[in-house]
Order: sequence, then C-alpha cells, then structure tokens
Amino acid sequence: MSDTTATTIANKSNLERKTIRRERLKLVLKDKTFLFGAFILGFWIILTIFGTFIAPHGAGDQDFKFVSHSPSSKFLFGTDANGRDVLSRVILGTRLIVVMAFSSTILGTVLGTSLGLATGYFKGKFDMIVMRLVEAISAIPVLIIALLAIAALEGRSPTLTVIVIGFVFTPNIGRTVRAAVLGESELEYVAAARLRTERTRHILFREILPNVLPPIIVEFTVRLGYAIFAIATLSFLGAGVEYGSPNWGSQISENWGNIYSNVWWPTAFPALAIASLAVSVNLISDSLLEIFEL
Amino acid sequence: MKRFIFQRLGLAVITVFLVCVIVFFLTHILPGDVAHQYLGKGATEADLKEFRRVFELDRPLLSQLFTWISHLLHGDLGQSMQYRHSVSSLLLPAIRYSSKLAAVAFFLIVPLSIAGGVVAAMNRGKKVDRAITVGGLSAAVIPEFVWAIFLVLIFGVIFRIFPVSAFPPKGERSILNQIWYLILPSLSLLLVLFGYIARITRAGVIEALDSDYMRTAVLKGLSRRKAVVKHVLRNALLPTIAVIASQVPYLIGGLIAVEIVFNYPGFGTILKGAVDARDYSVLQAGVVVSSLVIVSFQLIADILFAILNPRIRQKVSE
Repeated sequence: MSDTTATTIANKSNLERKTIRRERLKLVLKDKTFLFGAFILGFWIILTIFGTFIAPHGAGDQDFKFVSHSPSSKFLFGTDANGRDVLSRVILGTRLIVVMAFSSTILGTVLGTSLGLATGYFKGKFDMIVMRLVEAISAIPVLIIALLAIAALEGRSPTLTVIVIGFVFTPNIGRTVRAAVLGESELEYVAAARLRTERTRHILFREILPNVLPPIIVEFTVRLGYAIFAIATLSFLGAGVEYGSPNWGSQISENWGNIYSNVWWPTAFPALAIASLAVSVNLISDSLLEIFEL
Repeated sequence: MKRFIFQRLGLAVITVFLVCVIVFFLTHILPGDVAHQYLGKGATEADLKEFRRVFELDRPLLSQLFTWISHLLHGDLGQSMQYRHSVSSLLLPAIRYSSKLAAVAFFLIVPLSIAGGVVAAMNRGKKVDRAITVGGLSAAVIPEFVWAIFLVLIFGVIFRIFPVSAFPPKGERSILNQIWYLILPSLSLLLVLFGYIARITRAGVIEALDSDYMRTAVLKGLSRRKAVVKHVLRNALLPTIAVIASQVPYLIGGLIAVEIVFNYPGFGTILKGAVDARDYSVLQAGVVVSSLVIVSFQLIADILFAILNPRIRQKVSE
C-alpha cells in the first residue's frame, strides 16, 4: 500500500511533497472521524494524568456497608464484591493501560523503523534472513507469543510486558517501513545523496526517514490499537500486570463470575472503558489511513 | 504447479522450524532457568537436580533443542511438568473442542463477512457502506473477551435467548445443541474478524465492478445481480481467501480469551492453565501446534490462490 504513495508522489520535488504533507495535515485536523476519536482519546489521557485527583475514592478503599451495591448517587458506577467503588477503579485503571500501550507501541515503532530502514536500504542476504525470521514470528499469534514470553520471564511485571509487546510489534512495523523504504531508495534524491558521498547514516535518517514518516505514523496508530487489544486481553488472562493493581482487564476477570447473579456493573463499566479506548484509537488511524491514501 | 507447491511447502517447513527454535530459546535463554522458574524459590538443590534430570534440562542447550525437535518430528510433544503425563494426551482432546468452536465460528464468519463486503461495495459511498466499513473495523479493535461480555450480558443475562456457557450439560450433547451453545462465543469472534474480511471483499468487488469484463457482461444484457454473481464474485473472492488465511492467527489468539470467558475446555483453557502453572512443556508444544495450524492454512490459501487465479497458474507452470 505504501508502494503506491511512493510512486504517485515520486516524481515531485521534495518541496512539493512537503506542501502536500502540510495540506493533508490540515485535512486531518478538519476530519470529523479524527476529531471524534481524538476527543475520546484525549478524555482518557486526561484521566491518565489527573486520575488520582478526579477519582472520588481510593482504588483499594472498601466500604463493607456497600457490597455489590448497584449504581447510586453515592457510587455512580456501583461497588464490587469487595465494597470498592467501581467508578474510581475504572478511573485509576486508565493509567496502566494507556501508559503501557503507548510505551510498547513507541518501542515497537523505534525498533521496527530501524529494522525497516536497514532491510529496505541494504537489501541482499541480510534482508532475506531478517524477512524469514519476521515471517516465522508472524506465524505465532501475538497473544500466544506474549503469554509464552511473560511466563518464561518474571510473570507479572508491566515493564516486561511492554518490552515483549514492543518486540512482537517490531517485525510487522519493520515490514511496513521496509516496503516504503524500498520505494524511496529508487528515487533520485537518494542517488543524489549517494553521489554527494553522504554518509549512510545521513541518507537513512535525514533523507529517507522524513519521506517515509506518513506510513510510520499511520502504522503507529494502528499498532497502538493492537497494543490496547493485547494488553487488555493479557491483563484479563492474569498475565503481565501486578496482582490487585487497578486495571480494567483484571477488574473484569475478578468480577466476571457475579454477572450471572445480575451484578453487571463491576464488569460492564471497565468493558465499556476498554471498548471506547480501542475505538477512539481506531477512528484516528482510520481517518489518517483515508487521508494519507495508504 | 508441482514446483510451486513444493516451494511453498519448503518455505512452510522452514517457518515452522524457525518457530520451534525461537520458542525453545525464548524459554531457555531468558534469565533464570526453567527448573528454578517452575519450582520457585523454596526448591532445594536436590529438587532442582532431580527436576532437571527428569526433564533432561541438564544437557547442553543445543543437544536439548535437537532432542526436542526430533521428538516433535516423531509426534512426541513431551511431558507436562504440571501433570507428569504426556502433553499430547492433554492437548489433543482440548484441540478437538477448540476445533468445534473454530468450525462453528468459521461457518458464521466467512459467509457473513463476504456478504457484508459485497453489500458495502454495491452501495459504495452510501450510508450502508460507511456503516459496514467503519462499524466493522471499529468492532474489530475491541477485544474478543469484551465482546463476549457484552453478548452474554445482552443475550444471556437480560434477554435469556442464548445459554451463558459454551458447553451443554451432560445428557444434552446432541450436535445441534452443541452448536447452539457455541453461537455466542462464535459471535464474539465474528465481531472481531468481520471488519477485515468485509473490507477486503469490498475492495475486490469494487475493482471487479469497475472492470472491462463487467461492462461487457452488462452490455451483453446480463442483469447487474446476475453479472455480480457470475463474474464479480469469482474474481473478488481471490484476495478474500488470502485475507481469511491471514486472519487464522487472530482466530486462534481470540479462541483463548473467548474460551476462558465461556469456561470452555479447549486449547486456550489448557494454555492459560499452563501459563498459570508455568508448565513450559505444554506452553512450548502449544505454540508449535498453533503455528503449525497457522502455517498450514497459509499454505492451503497460497495453493488455492494459485489454482483459482489463472495468471499465477500460468506463471507457475512456465
């Protein structure tokens, strides 16, 4: 998909490409889908930063007079079986998933971009070997490889989960960047830079990288969505987060059993939170995909 | 054609072999050895030694890797650290259950998603199209277990249409009843996979609708509907097959979470149990088996793709 963008704007000068990019950015900022997604994501980011001041109760505060109490004016989202305020736990649970999702995606993007730049530019045997490995890793479901790695390492550390997800994303992002770089490295400005005997590092990071930035940004938002998906699922399965920490996945798995006795609020609200966070990121990446014609 | 199939088969074998190597080193080279990890901090030196002897962990890594792979080739998946009996006796029944769920899900997902894509393409740019494409992809980013929860809440708890577990009680296990119990879990898988498949089908149908042969078909007097069924679908389904195969890893990943929500005794439940108990032999075998399934589907899709697409068929036979 990135090949086509490379060819359509390939014959234009670098200056023209810059203006095209700026115009598209303006379009993005006017796009309703993007704005709606950004609005919801912004809401969750604010809760990530200021959650501790906003939450009416502490994450572990228990009120045994209100056990599994349905939503009321005192507890807007009700309380769970341990008498803890569901609203506060949803608000305080934001931080973990948002911080983990962003850091693992940033890690994966940095590693993947380096891999893609290297394989796309140097080609040859190196490229072939790396691509075989990438294919092998893609043949294992993300969730299973993450579970395996998390079990093999020290089970419940969020930092470790971030590293594992970042590494799992690396090959996929690498593949996208590689395709874009392959298209770019044929273009005249790269040949010109080579003729000027610029250093390889300069050609890769100063000449090619800025031109493959749009697909990287789109890939980042797509992966961010997957990261939220993966982290929510892993924490639901009890892997990758600390026991008892407020987070949406564990909240759901802890309270899931009570749903059959009609105590739906400790499960439904964190589930809605996961859904809205995931959808907001998807709206952003959808709008970028459409506007950048990738 | 034969050469093409052998070539693909060779690549598939290499991929699975690499998966085995990656999985092996992931469990063995990472900090802390398997015996320590499994037995925990309280283990004595003698326990560790005995454990390493039983699971042959006291030999050099490369020779362990070699034995493990040669055992795999003979169909021996090893011993479960947790239950101390063979991994295959644990995995096989679970895989049978999971395949049932996957089959029901597959028969729901494929026709519905393709139909969705065709409807979207025929109504290009209209509201139906937007709803299917944007709605489908938004649904796809919500994890299966979250969908499962919403579905159980709505159809199981509030309206009481579908059962809330995935497994009928003893004595009610007729095939139809088993399928009935698997509908809700399959729907949660459908909601995640629908968007991707529908989107690719839509793109394929639109391309075919704009093609010369479609114009010819309409000009020679075929109705639009007939032309779509006769000419468009055949061509548009090609990329769809490739996408469906590429979604198999997600389907398998999704099975795990869904099985746990519905308390279904499949592959995912076994794997989750193995993670909790740090049963590395089961985990390793599980990863290898799932990658084997995924690679086989990819292979089948590649071959189908080549058979259905005359251009590739020609190139292959040259």
